[in-house]
Amino acid sequence: MAIEEDVIVIGGGIAGSIAALSAADTGAQVRLVTHKKSTLRHASGLIDVLGYTDGESGPVHDPFTSLDGLPEEHPYSLVGESAIRGGLEIFDTVTDGAYSGAHTDQNALVTTSGGAIKPTARYPTSAAAGLVSDDRSMLIVGFRSLTDFNGELVADHLAAAGVPFEVNGAEIEVPGNYRADARVTRIANALDLNKDLSYNGRTLPAREAFAEAIKPHLGTADRVGVPALLGDDHADDVRADLERSLGVAVFEIPMGPPSYPGLRLEDLLFDALDDAGVRISDGNPAVGYETAADGDTLESITIDRRGREIPYHAEQFILATGGLVGKGINSDRNGVYEPVFNCYVPHSDDRYQWFSEDAFGEHPFATFGVPIDEHCQPLTAEGKTEFSNLRAAGGVIGGVDPTAEKSKSGVSLATGYAAGREAGEAI
Amino acid sequence: MTDAPHVLVIGGGSTGCGIARDLAMRGLEVTLVEKGNLTHGTTGRMHGLLHSGGRYAVSDQASAKECIEENRVLREIASHCVEMTGGLFVQRPEDPDEYFEEKLEGCRECGIPAEVLSPEEAREMEPYLAKDIKRAIKVPDGAIDPFRLCVANAASAQEHGARIETHAEVIDVLVEDGAVVGVEIKHDTGPGKRVHREPGSTEKIHADHVVSATGAWAGKIGDMAGVDVEVRPSKGVMTIMNTRQVDTVVNRCRPKGDADIVVPHETTCILGTTDIEVDDPDDYPEEEWEVDMMIDTLSELVPMLANARTIRSFWGVRPLYEPPGTGTTDPTNITRDFFLLDHEDRDGLSGMTSIVGGKFTTYRMMGEKISDHVCEKFDIDAECRTADEPLPGSHDFSILRDYMDEFGLRSPIGRRSVERLGSRAEEVLKTGEPNPVVCECEAVTRAEIQDAIDQSGSDLNAVRIRTRASMGNCQGAFCCHRMAHELYPTYDEPVAYEAFDELFQERWKGERHALWGEQLSQAMLKYSLHSTTMNADHDAVRTGSAIDFSKFDSGQTTAVAGTAGTETAATDGGLPPANGGDQ
Ligand SMILES: Cc1cc2nc3c(=O)[nH]c(=O)nc-3n(C[C@H](O)[C@H](O)[C@H](O)COP(=O)(O)OP(=O)(O)OC[C@H]3O[C@@H](n4cnc5c(N)ncnc54)[C@H](O)[C@@H]3O)c2cc1C
Ligand SMILES: Cc1cc2nc3c(=O)[nH]c(=O)nc-3n(C[C@H](O)[C@H](O)[C@H](O)COP(=O)(O)OP(=O)(O)OC[C@H]3O[C@@H](n4cnc5c(N)ncnc54)[C@H](O)[C@@H]3O)c2cc1C
Repeated sequence: MAIEEDVIVIGGGIAGSIAALSAADTGAQVRLVTHKKSTLRHASGLIDVLGYTDGESGPVHDPFTSLDGLPEEHPYSLVGESAIRGGLEIFDTVTDGAYSGAHTDQNALVTTSGGAIKPTARYPTSAAAGLVSDDRSMLIVGFRSLTDFNGELVADHLAAAGVPFEVNGAEIEVPGNYRADARVTRIANALDLNKDLSYNGRTLPAREAFAEAIKPHLGTADRVGVPALLGDDHADDVRADLERSLGVAVFEIPMGPPSYPGLRLEDLLFDALDDAGVRISDGNPAVGYETAADGDTLESITIDRRGREIPYHAEQFILATGGLVGKGINSDRNGVYEPVFNCYVPHSDDRYQWFSEDAFGEHPFATFGVPIDEHCQPLTAEGKTEFSNLRAAGGVIGGVDPTAEKSKSGVSLATGYAAGREAGEAI
Repeated sequence: MTDAPHVLVIGGGSTGCGIARDLAMRGLEVTLVEKGNLTHGTTGRMHGLLHSGGRYAVSDQASAKECIEENRVLREIASHCVEMTGGLFVQRPEDPDEYFEEKLEGCRECGIPAEVLSPEEAREMEPYLAKDIKRAIKVPDGAIDPFRLCVANAASAQEHGARIETHAEVIDVLVEDGAVVGVEIKHDTGPGKRVHREPGSTEKIHADHVVSATGAWAGKIGDMAGVDVEVRPSKGVMTIMNTRQVDTVVNRCRPKGDADIVVPHETTCILGTTDIEVDDPDDYPEEEWEVDMMIDTLSELVPMLANARTIRSFWGVRPLYEPPGTGTTDPTNITRDFFLLDHEDRDGLSGMTSIVGGKFTTYRMMGEKISDHVCEKFDIDAECRTADEPLPGSHDFSILRDYMDEFGLRSPIGRRSVERLGSRAEEVLKTGEPNPVVCECEAVTRAEIQDAIDQSGSDLNAVRIRTRASMGNCQGAFCCHRMAHELYPTYDEPVAYEAFDELFQERWKGERHALWGEQLSQAMLKYSLHSTTMNADHDAVRTGSAIDFSKFDSGQTTAVAGTAGTETAATDGGLPPANGGDQ
């Protein structure tokens, strides 16, 4: 039994979700097929559009005025400013109330868990009070039984960057009878459900207990930053309750996995896909494809459902399988490849040319991905389109290092928007 | 002070640490100087095989006998550094039968317990061995942690009054009237523990005798003293796999060759190696073909290695030595034995002895010989006790206690900590403070990290070799920064960040050799986490760039919940915020 759609999007990360929503906006019938969870569990949940360019020494303060300086093969140059704005617009609609930053084109500077300041374009509202261009005094709180960051060290590092406000740090004991190694997930869960915890010989609801633990360190701070684990489903309530008890603004500092801001964004994206009528098939990978007799038009992709190969038919296809982390790009000792369509991925034959000797140097591997044209269509080594009805979006696209540039999610939004729209309009 | 002679030992590898312990236990005054961390040289870049002697049973029986003897000693005195995995010499159909017989015979001649296994028996022990293997010989090989062993020797030397100076490079050997009287050293920082950003200094240390245990670098120390020591450094590669594909040391049973051994080590397995003479022990090529050869050749023995994940590769240089005039051309034919060079007898220069060659497994015996020699020079009649006295951490203690509960640790973590710390577990883990896990891959907790920081200052590579933190599958992706944060507040902000950068770069050095497949994906995740989530690559503090904060979004005026009566953001209609000056 064949499954037939207008558009099939492969990959359920930011790029795939935005592409599906963008295609659905044109009225197309869309199915999103994804193997595993997206990389959002690992990601900070911040939406960077453009933070650094080759020409500028410091962080970019307005990504849109810096677009001109990008090389012509950059995905932004190919899809244009309107696609970036289009992608952001979908994102802002989907995340209304949960994200901030849409009020201006300027980049925001946020506090990271490593202590370094970072430029970004959209930030979870839970992180909004942590902006560094805001001159309110700040307290950074670390939890003694979590090892991700030491609040005092982060505060000292912010101060060393010359931030325009007073900043102090504190390390507090986590309330509750956790064993020595409290897990991020357990603390988040206790706050989410406001479970009773023991603190200082009393039993208090979790949110109150945490506020009590922070209070003695508040001093003159007008805002308090804490590890990003303030709840899951009820994150807004957790933060509001803490703010009410402490009488100051509270913000989250994104960390590595499991990243609550990333997971919350994933939920928002999937809710939006449901609302837009996008059908979702998850849990099984796309492993191959069939073309029409011309060899140039895709007819279906093949999904491996526990060993059974099932074709999914559509008129248009969007490849949004991510980069090396999402497994949209793969490699072995002999080379780098795109596993679903075997699209061309430029790389050196010598794997010792794939990296820089410097850990933070210019790594060719960070640019691995498929080359695209201005319609987001993957190109062969000869510069021809791989298939007449295939487009790519997000991390699977190569050619630049969006990690160094701080443009990862922005590229996903822009190309997701453009690929989705063009696919939908081709129907 | 004492009247005991003062002996200065150069080199903090297994040989130097072993000598320092031995001499200190015999009551001599000892100073050990090492230019890097302990194990900075070859000792930190070896295979981790506690030889049974089986590998030398045909070609070098003298070494083989020393190996089995020391193998038995180390199991006793260094139990917390040794895992008795057992070893196999595996014969493939194309490997010569005569050699198999010679190996078996050789083992018996050297007193190495050896038992022939049928292919079925061998595969029962190691199910991933190739299906077509012919047979195998079982010997008592083991795995040994060189870092833990050296640190324990140095700690024991210290307990017996020795002074241990790491990051203290000998820059000159002081010679007066034809006799060595001491050395001049350059402290990176300090003296004392290494702390980033502290100014360095130089120091002249006078001694009654100098022992150079500088392995592949012995020629350079010789030059400083004006004597020739012809070491012939020979490099070898080792490739680390992500899991233990084998739990037994697996050797190929054929005449010496490259890529013929797999050693299980902690959570990993290490493939090795090559043997290629190099000119300079500090500067030699690390090549792709060497890594490929490890995987391709050893997958003839263990086929699953062909597609398994490697996490890094590293190289070491053997300090091979042969007496002048021997003229062996192939480095694989140079003896693995060690040589004590008495420069008084040999070169007419009194006050200094060099020790070169040898093996890690026989470090203690080498230390004993050198210590005997030094004591003889000073007419001291003191017995060697290093073969009987357990190292710190290896004293008798019962693993059966419930450390998990006692130290509040989840079970696999408690077990691994106690394995690493041995009899020091109680002293290190009972802090009364929260003891969260810092390195998940290797199950290293804060208490262990803090204990290591206590010993080694702000040097996170020194913390790494003591604890294994950042040495697992993720290669520090999730813990390099956590380790740096543990330095604070003992060390301040600039020190913590510099220490992080150094560790991160050191990890990258070996990861580069494993960048394909799963590990390339892992490397990309690591790069993303540190560059995207944490922006370490563009950190304004580290790059020293000033930021004009007024040019960035300062947010919308958001009321704090419950204070101003509103819970939503008061939007400003998209206008740039008050202090955003870029209108
Ligand atoms: C550690 C980390 C931190 C980050 N931090 C930031 C940040 O601070 N700011 C920012 O802007 N961005 C950040 N990002 C980037 C961002 O989260 C996304 O990774 C990026 O935008 C790429 O998204 P994507 O949708 O293209 O790919 P992914 O998120 O990788 O999604 C790809 C999806 O495709 C699926 N898939 C792959 N192959 C197949 C197949 N054969 N069949 C079916 N499905 C398949 C995968 O399972 C996955 O769900 C970070 C990423 C990481 C890893
Ligand atoms: C690839 C390979 C695999 C091996 N595998 C095994 C094995 O599995 N089992 C085994 O038993 N043996 C093995 N060996 C042999 C073993 O590693 C060495 O024999 C042993 O580690 C040598 O120790 P060492 O202390 O003599 O030398 P090193 O460990 O090199 O110590 C010398 C020290 O001197 C220091 N130094 C040098 N110059 C100066 C100076 N100017 N001032 C201060 N300090 C200085 C160096 O930094 C260094 O730390 C292997 C060797 C190699 C190369």
